[in-house]
Amino acid sequence: MSTALLEPRVQAPRNYLNAEYGWKSWLFTLDHKRIALLYMVSITVFFLIGASFAALMRIQLLSPQGELVQPETYNKLFTLHGIVMIFFFLIPSIPAVLGNFLVPLMVGARDLAFPKLNLLSWYIYVVGGLFTLFAAIAGGVDTGWTFYTPYSSTYSNTQVTAVAVGVFITGFSSILTGLNFIVTIHKMRAPGLTWFRMPLFLWAMYATSLIMILGTPVLAITIFLLAIEHLFHVGIFSPALGGDPLLFQHLFWFYSHPAVYIMILPSMGVVSEIIACFSRKRIFGYRVVAFSSVAIAVLGFLVWGHHMFVTGQSVYAGLVFSLLSFLVAIPSAIKVFNWTSTLYKGSISYDAPMLYALGFIGLFTMGGLTGLFLASLATDVHLNGTYFIVAHFHYIMVGGAVMGYLGGMHFWWPKISGRLYPNGWAAFAAVIIFIGFNLTFFPQFVLGYLGMPRRYAFYPAEFQVLNVMSTAGASVLGVGYLIPLIYFIWSMRYGPVAPKNPWGATGLEWQTASPPTTENFAEIPVVTQEAYAYSEAEQEVNLG
Amino acid sequence: MADHVNLEHATGMAHQFENLDQQQDADMLGIWLFLVTEIMFFGGVFASYAIYRWFYLPAFEGGSHILDIRLGATNTIVLLGSSLTMALSVRSAQTGNRRATVMFLILTMILGGAFLGIKGVEYHQKFVEHIVPSLDWAPEGKVLAELAPGGLQHAELYFIFYFAMTGLHALHMIIGMGLLLWLVLRARKGAFTPHYFAPVEVVGLYWHFVDIVWIFLFPLLYLIGGRY
Repeated sequence: MSTALLEPRVQAPRNYLNAEYGWKSWLFTLDHKRIALLYMVSITVFFLIGASFAALMRIQLLSPQGELVQPETYNKLFTLHGIVMIFFFLIPSIPAVLGNFLVPLMVGARDLAFPKLNLLSWYIYVVGGLFTLFAAIAGGVDTGWTFYTPYSSTYSNTQVTAVAVGVFITGFSSILTGLNFIVTIHKMRAPGLTWFRMPLFLWAMYATSLIMILGTPVLAITIFLLAIEHLFHVGIFSPALGGDPLLFQHLFWFYSHPAVYIMILPSMGVVSEIIACFSRKRIFGYRVVAFSSVAIAVLGFLVWGHHMFVTGQSVYAGLVFSLLSFLVAIPSAIKVFNWTSTLYKGSISYDAPMLYALGFIGLFTMGGLTGLFLASLATDVHLNGTYFIVAHFHYIMVGGAVMGYLGGMHFWWPKISGRLYPNGWAAFAAVIIFIGFNLTFFPQFVLGYLGMPRRYAFYPAEFQVLNVMSTAGASVLGVGYLIPLIYFIWSMRYGPVAPKNPWGATGLEWQTASPPTTENFAEIPVVTQEAYAYSEAEQEVNLG
Repeated sequence: MADHVNLEHATGMAHQFENLDQQQDADMLGIWLFLVTEIMFFGGVFASYAIYRWFYLPAFEGGSHILDIRLGATNTIVLLGSSLTMALSVRSAQTGNRRATVMFLILTMILGGAFLGIKGVEYHQKFVEHIVPSLDWAPEGKVLAELAPGGLQHAELYFIFYFAMTGLHALHMIIGMGLLLWLVLRARKGAFTPHYFAPVEVVGLYWHFVDIVWIFLFPLLYLIGGRY
């Protein structure tokens, strides 16, 4: 008897990754998990493009007279850095990648409510992105990411229309994503999964989706009006022709301030999941944390005027916007306090996702508190338009949103890819990123306080030491971002095969295989417990 | 649970749903949310119009005087009629009356086409009177006398908003006509049953929404500040 013939060939069980092969199976897929991966690859490309613009800026600022480019080019660099990072990386990052992958798994459904719209949203995103890239190559854009008139109208000599159209198109992809999530969370929850049994990531996604569907259309109509002004040379926002440039700022920030919460709320959802898992405890004050997401979404719509304290906005409007901006700090602080309270007497382990989550709490707190300086009328007059603002929003968007995205990627990577990454390298990268980030952006707080204005290609010699520190930090940060990119790609082929639930986490997504099958669940699960029932989970392990 | 339909392969059911009721619920919530985004979209341009009307009241009233109220009113009636036929086609789909569904859908398309035709006549008038901003802006005679007191530049702003708002509305009508055509083709093949008629209802809600936008546009552009 020949044993060699009888030895079974080791074959990976069917899952969503090996269910079908070939480019068609990816470009025409309706599987939310595959669409999430399409998004993951595209936003990574845009992240690298946006990061290279940042790298050129930091090299330019190594010396007071500028190292690299003319001021005109520098203007295009910071504009494209902002546009690419905000509209093509940060806004889709967690919702379109982790949200797409996890929302159906977490609610216990086979897919999102509208899979075709989901695929359409990715195509819309790609078309918008190509439009913007084309404009970048064809001459760039130098208005700043805010497209302020009259830079973008009367005095524009760059590809403003093409870039604006690119952003307009991409907006519809985020509207479709938000709509899909809200319907899925409302209508497709598994039996027993009540609203207050949902993981906080779903609450965060729900709040984010509300902002996406309520805010993005206003950005669309604003860009539509801007395009009309630009194409027909009429004066909707041009004071010379009877228009009002402040109206543009009002309309723009009505979307773009809430858009900041599109970027940070999903990260807060990710951090809630990670903190609970690696403290082995239920989140302290679950309901309050859930409602604080919704409160941030609602209040976030009422604070846009704090971007306009030093424009011609009325002082009384300024007072009200200042007060409302302080109010939005309350639900944000509630989250931070509740995460720290969850840690208290928890059984904490410091795996890579936890390091990112803890980093998030520290950096977000810094970003949030410095936001209060800017929400105060008197200090804002001094700090507006300086590097203080640049540092503040990078603490929120990079220290907050990107740390959350990376934390989430490390937490769910075993589920997404079915492989484990090297934990030591991951922890090392998390620490490098934390150090590099602070070295890059903390000096910018000081620079701004000392009065260095943003968006200039040159600066007085006295600011050089701090600028060199910042550039050095950016190099460290860049290395920190490359390490995960390398070991994630490495792990897809060489990483150890991941078990179903490597972290011992609660949540429906951990009850199905890693990677999940195309149908997600063999049978639709029934939920009988609250989210984060870690103490119950521990008991089960102890008993048997 | 008397009329609860739970067939393994019920007509028109997508794989991600457990049963047709769930799919119908999801479709309805989806279209309502989409209409919310449309309200925010039109809301931005309505708000801008309101602000400039408040800034430049005489110019905007002068602009309103030039519009043809009779054509606008006719269009309002035509559009309300199309909403009625749309509602009737949804009803016919629900009761499984295929012939009536198709007939009312086609009637809705005819009325929608009539609306766009009358709108085209109005746009043509603007070119005749040379009051198309940027492309052909040289008002003269009676029109000039009406617009001059408020300032020609600000009157141009009024007509920018007139064309932007009615143009966006007309674009939504054209998209709606395409959706109606798609429904007609599907309905003729008998795709809709009393258990599955969500597409007709979804397009119906969209059509009513576009109708309501006009119900706001008509008084804002034609009626307020007018002379009768």
